[in-house]
Amino acid sequence: MELTFNEVTFIYSPGTPFEFKALEDLSMHVPSGSYTAVIGHTGSGKSTLIQHVNALLQPTEGSVQVGDFVMEAGKKNKNLRSLREKTGIVFQYPEHQLFEETVEKDIAFGPKNFGVEQKEIEERVTNALEAVQLTEDVREKSPFDLSGGQMRRVAIAGVLAMKPKVLVLDEPTAGLDPRGQKEMMEMFYTLHEREGLTTVLVTHSMEDALTYADDVVILNDGKKFMEGKPLEVFKRKEELKQVQLDVPEVLEFLEKVEKRTGISINYEKQPIAELAKELAFRLERRDDYE
Amino acid sequence: MRERIDFSDVTFRYQEDAPPVLKDVDFFIDKGEWVAIIGHNGSGKSTIAKLMNGLLFAESGDVSVDGSVIHTDNVWEIRKKVGMVFQNPDNQFVGTTVRDDIAFGMENHGVPREVMLEKVAEVLRDVQMESYEEHEPHRLSGGQKQRVAIAGVLAVAPDYMVLDEATAMLDPKGRQDILETVREVQEHSDLTLITITHDLREIVAADRVIVMNEGEVWFEGTPREVFAHKDALSTIGLDVPFVAKLTQEMKKHGISFDREPLNHEEMVEELWNLHSTK
Ligand SMILES: Nc1ncnc2c1ncn2[C@@H]1O[C@H](COP(=O)(O)OP(=O)(O)OP(=O)(O)O)[C@@H](O)[C@H]1O
Ligand SMILES: Nc1ncnc2c1ncn2[C@@H]1O[C@H](COP(=O)(O)OP(=O)(O)OP(=O)(O)O)[C@@H](O)[C@H]1O
Ligand SMILES: [Mg+2]
Ligand SMILES: [Mg+2]
Repeated sequence: MELTFNEVTFIYSPGTPFEFKALEDLSMHVPSGSYTAVIGHTGSGKSTLIQHVNALLQPTEGSVQVGDFVMEAGKKNKNLRSLREKTGIVFQYPEHQLFEETVEKDIAFGPKNFGVEQKEIEERVTNALEAVQLTEDVREKSPFDLSGGQMRRVAIAGVLAMKPKVLVLDEPTAGLDPRGQKEMMEMFYTLHEREGLTTVLVTHSMEDALTYADDVVILNDGKKFMEGKPLEVFKRKEELKQVQLDVPEVLEFLEKVEKRTGISINYEKQPIAELAKELAFRLERRDDYE
Repeated sequence: MRERIDFSDVTFRYQEDAPPVLKDVDFFIDKGEWVAIIGHNGSGKSTIAKLMNGLLFAESGDVSVDGSVIHTDNVWEIRKKVGMVFQNPDNQFVGTTVRDDIAFGMENHGVPREVMLEKVAEVLRDVQMESYEEHEPHRLSGGQKQRVAIAGVLAVAPDYMVLDEATAMLDPKGRQDILETVREVQEHSDLTLITITHDLREIVAADRVIVMNEGEVWFEGTPREVFAHKDALSTIGLDVPFVAKLTQEMKKHGISFDREPLNHEEMVEELWNLHSTK
């Protein structure tokens, strides 16, 4: 399913003292089956943007299209149910999407709500728990009696159990331990590829944007600041600095190496082992490195 | 009496019939130190934080602050000394505006009214939220909430500051800026900083690291000592920073380092030395 934002402006609580314009005249297109990373400084509008995908927020001006579902400013939405069945959002704070008495019920909530058969629900719950690497003994626990990282995993499991076509992830690895961060991102990517999902990832990890995304969109103050292929976007270091963003650590490091030693290495997403080999060869002045 | 936070053989469980989530945890944190507490999800880090300011109490063993064991009757005193920012700041906000929220915390600490407004403005500048004084804390973005929560603890200037993944929603640069601010405070006061974090680059900057695993202290040492255990760390859900990984891989190609680099600067210097002596 493709996503299109057409000149979207969004204002929180218009006409009240809390009025705040969080998105301004924003247009973007996410092709079906692609993986897009959205990045931007604190408060730039990322979470506001993605909440339009399942109509939790409705544009104040402009329109949003998700598959054949169209949301227009000032018009009532029909068929919300079928939209929400297809779009799964992992929220920035897991507490905002957990509410059932037990972990099991929480994960089962989505599929149950959309009329999935009991047997299938059970299967989905088991698979989802496994995918997020929670042990079986948490099933009967209250999701609120868990550690921060465990809660995050339950929230993700709940979205996976819905089997959405569009997967929207808002900082999905915040609070996960280092192994969890890596494995979760790999799991999302495998799912993305295998199920042909359309994936939108909001992240502060420039590394993850570089590793997984086909396209990157950068927001600044509610407006689109830049978009493009990750490697191209991250080359524009000075412009990124203007909007208070850094480049991925590996690029930052290679630049420092070049400045100090004159050794310049072209980064094309090679793994660390490969990078180390290249650096080692160059250090030993074996310039014939291929 | 030493000024420090002291955990002596602390065991804790959330329910009587459940297994303990902390087992004989024993460590201390001296006044003025910066200690990072790390460990896999569910290893007991936040539980430790909550024991440090009397939100939870040990089942056996003692937690003491500057020599006083924490009890139900001294928690209010303890909380003046030990300030805390939680994983999810939503649970922490009390005011209806950002300004009131920060001022409320100061009022509780007996800060005189005259300095309060001045201080609110100052700490909001420190966390780059000066234009949000009038906003409602619950209507902020994820990262803005964290910034405001940190401003709140900066404003009351506690002796011990516990940051439980308090910058997890910030981008790397935002995270660095905040830590620098806190370090500055530490330089001209005797602030003790306890950060609970999964951020490898942040851990490298701490004085000392306590590694938790399944409710037990698994290792205690400097960042360099901790990250020397690369393989063991990965078996308990942790990892080493990019620079440490690169170093290890380069060794496989016959490159030897004078001293294991841990951050970019150290690594680049090592590379420069190797390069110029060739
Ligand atoms: N309120 C609670 N009731 C029951 N068990 C709890 C409660 N809070 C935490 N636990 C359990 O105690 C253990 C330790 O949790 P704690 O929150 O201290 O972990 P943590 O190291 O902070 O993890 P994370 O990195 O995920 O935040 C976990 O197994 C968790 O499930
Ligand atoms: N409910 C609300 N009412 C009023 N303003 C809001 C509300 N929610 C968010 N805002 C404001 O809208 C702007 C964009 O917020 P949003 O949550 O989209 O940012 P974000 O890019 O996700 O930031 P972060 O990286 O910190 O999560 C912020 O300035 C924020 O203060
Ligand atoms: Mg957000
Ligand atoms: Mg925790």
